[in-house]
Amino acid sequence: MAEAMGFFTDTTVCIGCKACEVACKSWNQLPAREGGQPEMSGDSYDNTVQLSGTTWRHVKFIEQFDSPYNGRWLMMSDVCKHCVQAGCIEVCPTGAIIRTEFDTVVIQSDVCNGCRACIAGCPFGVIDMNPVSGTAQKCTLCYDRMGVGLEPACSKACPTDSIQFGPIDELRRRAQTRLEQLQSQGETRAQLYGADPDGPVGGLNSFYLLVDEPEVYGLPSQPKLPSRNLASSTVGSTIGAAVMGAVGLVTLRKRRADEVAEAERGGAPRA
Amino acid sequence: MPDTFFTTPPDWQWWIILYFFIGGIAGGSFFIATLLYLLGRPSDRPVVRLGYYVAFIGAVVSGLLLIVDLHRPFRFWHMLVESNTGQLMFKSWTPMSVGSWGLLLFGLFAGLAALSAAREEERVRWGPAFVVTSGFRTVVAIVGGILGFFLAGYTGVLLSVTNRPVWADSPMLGALFLISAASTAAATLILLARRRSTADTVSLGKLAEFDKWTLVVELVAIVAFLITLGAAARVFLSVWGVLLVVGVIGAGIVLPLAMGLGWVKRWTDRPVMAAGLVLMGGFLLRVVTLLSSEQVHIAGSRVITP
Ligand code: SF4
Ligand code: SF4
Repeated sequence: MAEAMGFFTDTTVCIGCKACEVACKSWNQLPAREGGQPEMSGDSYDNTVQLSGTTWRHVKFIEQFDSPYNGRWLMMSDVCKHCVQAGCIEVCPTGAIIRTEFDTVVIQSDVCNGCRACIAGCPFGVIDMNPVSGTAQKCTLCYDRMGVGLEPACSKACPTDSIQFGPIDELRRRAQTRLEQLQSQGETRAQLYGADPDGPVGGLNSFYLLVDEPEVYGLPSQPKLPSRNLASSTVGSTIGAAVMGAVGLVTLRKRRADEVAEAERGGAPRA
Repeated sequence: MPDTFFTTPPDWQWWIILYFFIGGIAGGSFFIATLLYLLGRPSDRPVVRLGYYVAFIGAVVSGLLLIVDLHRPFRFWHMLVESNTGQLMFKSWTPMSVGSWGLLLFGLFAGLAALSAAREEERVRWGPAFVVTSGFRTVVAIVGGILGFFLAGYTGVLLSVTNRPVWADSPMLGALFLISAASTAAATLILLARRRSTADTVSLGKLAEFDKWTLVVELVAIVAFLITLGAAARVFLSVWGVLLVVGVIGAGIVLPLAMGLGWVKRWTDRPVMAAGLVLMGGFLLRVVTLLSSEQVHIAGSRVITP
């Protein structure tokens, strides 16, 4: 396998310009929603609203204001996290989702049959259907560009280097330096999200520097794999099956003659 | 806010709800038929055969519903064969993969059982002679019965092995769906058997008895399900909660149970009424479980709940 590659997104330098969203749509030839009709969400500057099968980058805007003059903006360019242990790969029944030689996660559109298990399996709500292809789609970390030595379209377009692309080890070092810098400047809320390889889902190959709790950004605090429930749920069903078997054993067995007579006297429903 | 709330709904709606309902009845009918075949009297045979017919028709309809629900239905076979290598596609840790194979095998055994039953009744005259031998019947009954239990329960496990609210928040869903499959299957068999003059009073009495005790177990399971949901139960502080309490628990479990125990004597044809209510309750259980979770999604950075 080639070196693991990914994104480090430093949300503190995001200016909300959405160049990444545009570059992604443009490079990947993703269609507009509603035939390009403008749609206003009423939620800050965010009219994209969510990641989807046709929007693989989404800039979130969080307004934290006590009064019109006292507060701050949080902005974050969201994308597939290219989880080291990916819930989407785990649940896909067709093998459409693969891990590439760059340790990234890619959906093969010619294999996917649109069952949508991956949408429910992703702990971050990243995947959705692309209505044009009829398949599940998401960020590929520009697998096609990486193959020829180009960096992904979004990080290339980002004017502030909020989105940085590179080998994961190097990105982790850079993130650590930036974290220490912010903390020494008094931003004690600064924290890395998904940078720890021993953390949830084995770490994220697209990880973040946040300045508030993950939930504030619409991120789960402890992302988990769908398979965590496999054993408990299977045991639950097996117990259920055993109980049903026992109920059947008692109620459906051969009756003694007196019980049959009782049933025939009207103790049971009419035939 | 539970972590499962920060995810996207897969849009598993009416086709899947119908599949969960019909697949449950199919699986349940087969295992009830198996138990009656192994434990019952020869005069239970009409109900056993009916169970096989329901299982077979249910399996075929289930397969069709699942295919229709795919966004690329002609690629349904990608579930079974790796499309780019031609090798078998099977992931033991993925309920949808195991379930695809399970449904296929169940359909096969339900077909064999139905063929054997149809030969026995002389509805058909074709097919190999061995299908009516008792050894063959017993093997089909046992293997098909096990597959029936699987089909009835794996759907709940499939929902649990995700990251979605309600589904992934309780380990009880597989058990609950399995028990509900048993009660709805018994109700279906009661309704259908009453229309066929061949089913005798004792067989019907057994089914009613089975359904009654299944409803008791279902009540316990649904309470356990709600308790294990923890903070995710907040999804039911909505119209879905009302439907769950009034439609599923009240009208679908408690009322038919009260009828079965003879506590309610209002209606003249209580067994039919009770069976109808059980079916409605089982259907609503799937509606509530799927659609309540479907309504939770992320918009911007906020979680939207029903
Ligand atoms: S973020 Fe979701 S879609 Fe991306 S790799 Fe992880 S589980 Fe898969
Ligand atoms: S929708 Fe496609 S990629 Fe997603 S789980 Fe199903 S087959 Fe796999």
